[in-house]
Amino acid sequence: MLDIPFTIGGRSFHSRLMVGTGKYRDNDTMARAIEASGAEIVTVAVRRVDLDRTKEEGVLYHLDAKRYFLLANTAGCYAADDAVRYARLAREAGFNEFIKLEVIGDQETLLPDVQGLLVAAQTLVAEGFKVLAYTNEDLVTALRLEDAGCAAVMPLASPIGSGLGLLNPFGVRTIKRRLKVPVVVDAGVGTASDACLTMEQGVDGILMNTALAAARDPVAMARAMRLAVEAGRTAYLAGRMPKREVAVPSSPLEGMLD
Amino acid sequence: MNDMVDVTVNGEVRAVARGATLLELLESLALDPRAVVVEHNRTIVRRPRLAAVTVAPGDAIELVHFVGGG
Repeated sequence: MLDIPFTIGGRSFHSRLMVGTGKYRDNDTMARAIEASGAEIVTVAVRRVDLDRTKEEGVLYHLDAKRYFLLANTAGCYAADDAVRYARLAREAGFNEFIKLEVIGDQETLLPDVQGLLVAAQTLVAEGFKVLAYTNEDLVTALRLEDAGCAAVMPLASPIGSGLGLLNPFGVRTIKRRLKVPVVVDAGVGTASDACLTMEQGVDGILMNTALAAARDPVAMARAMRLAVEAGRTAYLAGRMPKREVAVPSSPLEGMLD
Repeated sequence: MNDMVDVTVNGEVRAVARGATLLELLESLALDPRAVVVEHNRTIVRRPRLAAVTVAPGDAIELVHFVGGG
């Protein structure tokens, strides 16, 4: 079945699965998991260089920036100003003008501060950024983000790192139905069935990190997620059968023996 | 006159040579200018300008790069 290309901010991608680079037990596992996932878009964070070199080097020592499309995030920012500052630093690293915008509003749930998010999105769009905005599954916020000029809107499946799966399929489906820009579910997917169910809602893609990094075998889980995203997408395009409350036999009623 | 001045680099006070440029600061820290982004008193300094900007006492300098993240 022929699918439409997955296009964000004027760039097209083959894979609808985007993956993060955080929390892996080691860089070799990360690199192999990302390869197995088939992802082309890979997220990274902006942090201070460790001047004492006691910790690991930057992620780019372990990831081919020519092979992957690097999507920097503003993770850890609790104010619009901070997120804008991080986005500017990320762009200066010189890879692209795309930014995964996070403005967090609550430390326990890491749920977004949608007011700060909108302010930061408007600022960054005006500066020429292609903004992919991490948000909750609220339609009105998603519409406002689209109005602000975001290149994509990224509703959560469930809180970051929770692995609780898709808690509000209706909300995510509604956002996808109403928005013109791509809708990429970000955060909360825990296992392959979550990814499949999410893609069956018709969204354009999924971004995940912990589901791979915290799996017992991240490389195998990455393969499972690649298949699940493809399966869910294909099932969505195929169009599922209607649900019925009564059984309908699959075999003919005629031709039964007396 | 003391030929060293205190500046804050990534939140830590460090003594650097008076009149040093940002590029010289990076070199003194054994950092590749292509691998870091430099913010000087909240203003990003692009690579070609690193040799043109000198540090002054009390300056706040942030040196950042990409790390693993989701």
